Amino acid sequence: MILNGEPAEIPAGETVAGVLGCLGLDADARGVAVAVDGEVLPRACWETFALPEDARVEVLTAMQGG
Amino acid sequence: MPDPSENHQATSTVGERNGAQPQAPPAAIEDVFTIAGRTLRSRLLLGTGGFPSLELMSEAIAASATELVTVALRRVDPAARGSLIDVLADANVELLPNTAGCRTARDAVLTAKLAREAFATDWIKLEVIGDEDMLLPDAPELLRAAEELVDDGFVVLPYTTDDPVLARRLVDVGCAAVMPLGSPIGSGMGIRNPYNIALIREAVSVPVVLDAGVGTASDATLAMELGCDAVMVASAISRAEDPVRMAHALRNAVEAGRLAYTAGRIPRRHYARASTPDEGLPEF
Repeated sequence: MILNGEPAEIPAGETVAGVLGCLGLDADARGVAVAVDGEVLPRACWETFALPEDARVEVLTAMQGG
Repeated sequence: MPDPSENHQATSTVGERNGAQPQAPPAAIEDVFTIAGRTLRSRLLLGTGGFPSLELMSEAIAASATELVTVALRRVDPAARGSLIDVLADANVELLPNTAGCRTARDAVLTAKLAREAFATDWIKLEVIGDEDMLLPDAPELLRAAEELVDDGFVVLPYTTDDPVLARRLVDVGCAAVMPLGSPIGSGMGIRNPYNIALIREAVSVPVVLDAGVGTASDATLAMELGCDAVMVASAISRAEDPVRMAHALRNAVEAGRLAYTAGRIPRRHYARASTPDEGLPEF
């Protein structure tokens, strides 16, 4: 699995909520959005969606920007 | 020339003169503007990029009196200290997420959807960059992304070139405002083509927010004098030697320019026109 551009030891079937935990984020993290394989994964699915083995996961949040 | 009376709602709250006491000039002038139904009292939009610290950003936000600030969407950094979201919530400002760094309509649309998910807002400052050195917008990709996002229910504020025709096209597909550049992002070169900015003001009926290129107070004042409804500033404040002082300057500059625009400036003349009458002039 690729997490934010880096290979990550995350077992297939892990939920997004679990991945957020690995990043030190709460499951209800404010200001966070998740994309899996180039698609938005809505917050409502974070607890239930099982990530496939080769998933590309992007976990994004607010950064300072113009 | 645009008629200032058409699009301003200034009302003076100064009391009636009583003839005896000297009166202060109008101290409080309510002159709001509206984007997609949201009323804003401050005509200064602030970018949060470039500040050396969140503390300084917070102070500059307060000094600018802005109500709307942009944020970008980037990968979570587990080592990051301080939460931008929390600081901005404390500052009592609304978030305007941007799609900075996107180079295609596809990426910009996906970023906008992620921003909607992250910040629970359907407002998006749409940026689709077509050149790495100039950071100029990629017009065809910008228009494509704008149309798609409007169809998906977004309130789209596109960062665009100073091209009146493109501005009109963006409004035709449903953008809630247009944000033409004065000069390239972060260049501080001010408004390179004031004529085009004035033409854009005439070409569209939605708010025009001058974006990019402001280097100092006079640039923002010129934008407002040209009829822009607001000015967006990031680097000019965040990278100034004293960001808080510059935020204060920009706040006053925007207000001065707006007042001057609504006051109606005198026409430029080729020759002098005396303000002192000739009547009663003695002959020696």
